[in-house]
Amino acid sequence: MSERAAKVTPADEEEQDDDQITDSAAPDAAQEIDAESETTPAPVTSGAEAVVRALENAGVEHAFGVQGGAIMPVYDALYDSDIYHVTMAHEQGAAHAADAYGIVSGKPGICLATSGPGATNLVTGLADADMDSDPMVALTGQVPTELVGNDAFQETDTTGVTTPVTKDNTFSSDSDTVGSDVSEAFALAGEGRPGPTLVDLPKDVTNGETDREPDAPSVPETYEVQERADEEIVAAAAERIENSNKPVMLLGGGVIKGEASEACREFAVEHEIPVITTMPGIGAFPEDHELSLEMAGMHGTGYANMAITHCDTLIGIGTRFDDRLTGGIETFAPDAELIHVDIDPAEISKNIHADYPLIGDAATVVEQLTAAVDESPEATKWRAQCQQWKSDYSMAYDAPEDEPLQPEFVVEALDEATDDDTIVTTGVGQHQMWACQYWTYTEPRTWVSSHGLGTMGYGLPAAIGARIAADDDQDVVCFDGDGSFLMTLQGLSVAVRENLDITVAVLNNEYIGMVRQWQDAFFEGRHSASDYHWMPEFDKLAEAFGAAGFRIDDYDEVADTIEEALSYDGPSVIDVHIDPEANVFPMVPSGGDNGQFALTEDQL
Amino acid sequence: MKRGLEGPPPEDRPTPAGRRNKQGIRIDPEVEATHEPRRTVISALVAHEPGVLSDVSGLFSRRQFNIESLTVGPTKDEDRARITVVVEEPDPGIDQIKKQLRKLVPVISVRELEPDAMQRELALIKVDAEDPAQVSAVADMYDATTVDSSPETATFEITGARQKIEAAIDTFGQFGIREISRTGTTALARGTEETAAAVNATESTATEANHDKPYQTANDD
Repeated sequence: MSERAAKVTPADEEEQDDDQITDSAAPDAAQEIDAESETTPAPVTSGAEAVVRALENAGVEHAFGVQGGAIMPVYDALYDSDIYHVTMAHEQGAAHAADAYGIVSGKPGICLATSGPGATNLVTGLADADMDSDPMVALTGQVPTELVGNDAFQETDTTGVTTPVTKDNTFSSDSDTVGSDVSEAFALAGEGRPGPTLVDLPKDVTNGETDREPDAPSVPETYEVQERADEEIVAAAAERIENSNKPVMLLGGGVIKGEASEACREFAVEHEIPVITTMPGIGAFPEDHELSLEMAGMHGTGYANMAITHCDTLIGIGTRFDDRLTGGIETFAPDAELIHVDIDPAEISKNIHADYPLIGDAATVVEQLTAAVDESPEATKWRAQCQQWKSDYSMAYDAPEDEPLQPEFVVEALDEATDDDTIVTTGVGQHQMWACQYWTYTEPRTWVSSHGLGTMGYGLPAAIGARIAADDDQDVVCFDGDGSFLMTLQGLSVAVRENLDITVAVLNNEYIGMVRQWQDAFFEGRHSASDYHWMPEFDKLAEAFGAAGFRIDDYDEVADTIEEALSYDGPSVIDVHIDPEANVFPMVPSGGDNGQFALTEDQL
Repeated sequence: MKRGLEGPPPEDRPTPAGRRNKQGIRIDPEVEATHEPRRTVISALVAHEPGVLSDVSGLFSRRQFNIESLTVGPTKDEDRARITVVVEEPDPGIDQIKKQLRKLVPVISVRELEPDAMQRELALIKVDAEDPAQVSAVADMYDATTVDSSPETATFEITGARQKIEAAIDTFGQFGIREISRTGTTALARGTEETAAAVNATESTATEANHDKPYQTANDD
């Protein structure tokens, strides 16, 4: 992607050169000024330029958005900037792309939208990022200040609408401070527990004159983050770990966001503690490691759910104990004392009471724990028990050649055909769960999905954001469902225009599959509005967009087609017709006991 | 229907003996009880900027905290406002309220007041005044000030603790109450103690959360 950014720069410099040559008489002087202008950019003259300058100062290289009336001044300022703007087909896609960009790069992703419908179209993406604590900054245009409150054309109370789904938002009221508002929003998005922030930009404020350079990104004084946990509680927790016989580490998304994967891996391996991840925590610990029990929760592995139910000490790091993980509270790790590491004090004892609350940055606190724990727990029997559960409840599946194609086979085939650092994005539904269960994740920031909000349609725009943030030699694979893909597939036009090398595998069962699975289990098989037999042919649709289209119906087509799709330089879509009756197991029914997961339909 | 994974079915699996209550606390047979709601006053010092009241009230409504009253007003520092909230929640809920409030960027500090804190509310009570002498006798009883009177009605202003105002409303009831308007509780801590101060805010954030609940050291090993 840096290539693309580079494409913009020479043109810009040419223009600058032209200007400078006309400004100065001697070519030598022009060169001098040119060298100077690279280090000291021209002073800002408008609010919009201050906004863009704030982004540049923060090191922003890419932004995702859709142009519109009220945001036009900002786009005009972007025209002269080196920031590479990816024009999306819909603002929801811009928000998801920025979200995924934030996950993969670790730096806040930027999205832009105009006022009114532009801003409201961002709301789903903001809510998604908010639930998953993904760093992201949204910049929205707003009608001129004098029209605010008058129900003007394309006016929405954007800060009002987005308050519940953002970490913080600001209505900018002054051209002199608008740049600093953006700097602060950027700092807030990434600091402490990350999250989405929003700055609402009235058109008169961005159009207004100013020569004020934005302040450097920094969080307001009232925002405080505790980095180190209380030593006394660390010591008590360490003692608890040393004395436990059935310890388990539970790594959440905070481990990845806090760059604590390495510290957690070392701690687990040193003390031989079995490791479970939450869904956002996937990639924090290598799933091919002996100590890994993979993911727990509603569709977690049987062994992870057995271990979490029977452990005596639960070391939860950067997890918020969402109901999809815990099942019913009463039966969640009922014998376990909880050591809870989190940077957000409000997560402590929110859902599950923490016996040892350790507030602080995940990496720092794990280092504190590492220093405090002298002896490894005596847990030989426990580890053997976990291995036994691994073989009792193995994630093997049947794939008879004469029956319809099983989705698990497709996920595994794509995993085998790609490198370890391949980034997987998904939509939401059955396909997402198969992508969790049957892909072996080994590295942080390679799993990009909508966890807390469960946003169907997340997969393709997230793949666009991930592709732009990823290294050029990293593959990006998107698993989507037919229903989920249909929600945001207009993003294919963007992928084609930008020639983004993404492979989309649509696990097509012509159902809203997860709903169909629940209807079979809990609504007597009454498939109300979940039967999608009117699906388009996605391979042909992809071709209509200018992407490569493939189709798989049988086992013997899988390997070759995947290879062809992966080697295509640009976006490709594989319409994979899977067994329409395939369901996701194991499954803990909503609010159920994690240890009582069902392995088949009749156990529900 | 075919399919499903192999392994012992749910009924063949061991189940732990323990349980948690609905607040996620492991049930100790000795203190099995779930926390009952209690009424308390929370004071928050906030940046005096547009939208902060909506941030705070929105937080309460979307998190389903049961709010009894909410008042807001400026402080001696013109950049700071004080929000006083009366809530009725079980203890874990009250902890959550404090932590969630503290998380809002414009919130500077949050404190739950002691039960002996000074709590005052103002009420305007408009009653039928067919018997002015009796009405005025009741008003005197509650230190009520007459703010308006007409041939048919009298309106009184009463300040005091919530209980006093409720007692006054009960007593005025005999004359026939036409309308009532109440402000909700505002409160300050007693003596030299600061209600919710900007100083030591750093400490109040996380260490408060650390120490709110005494943690138990391991006792079963």
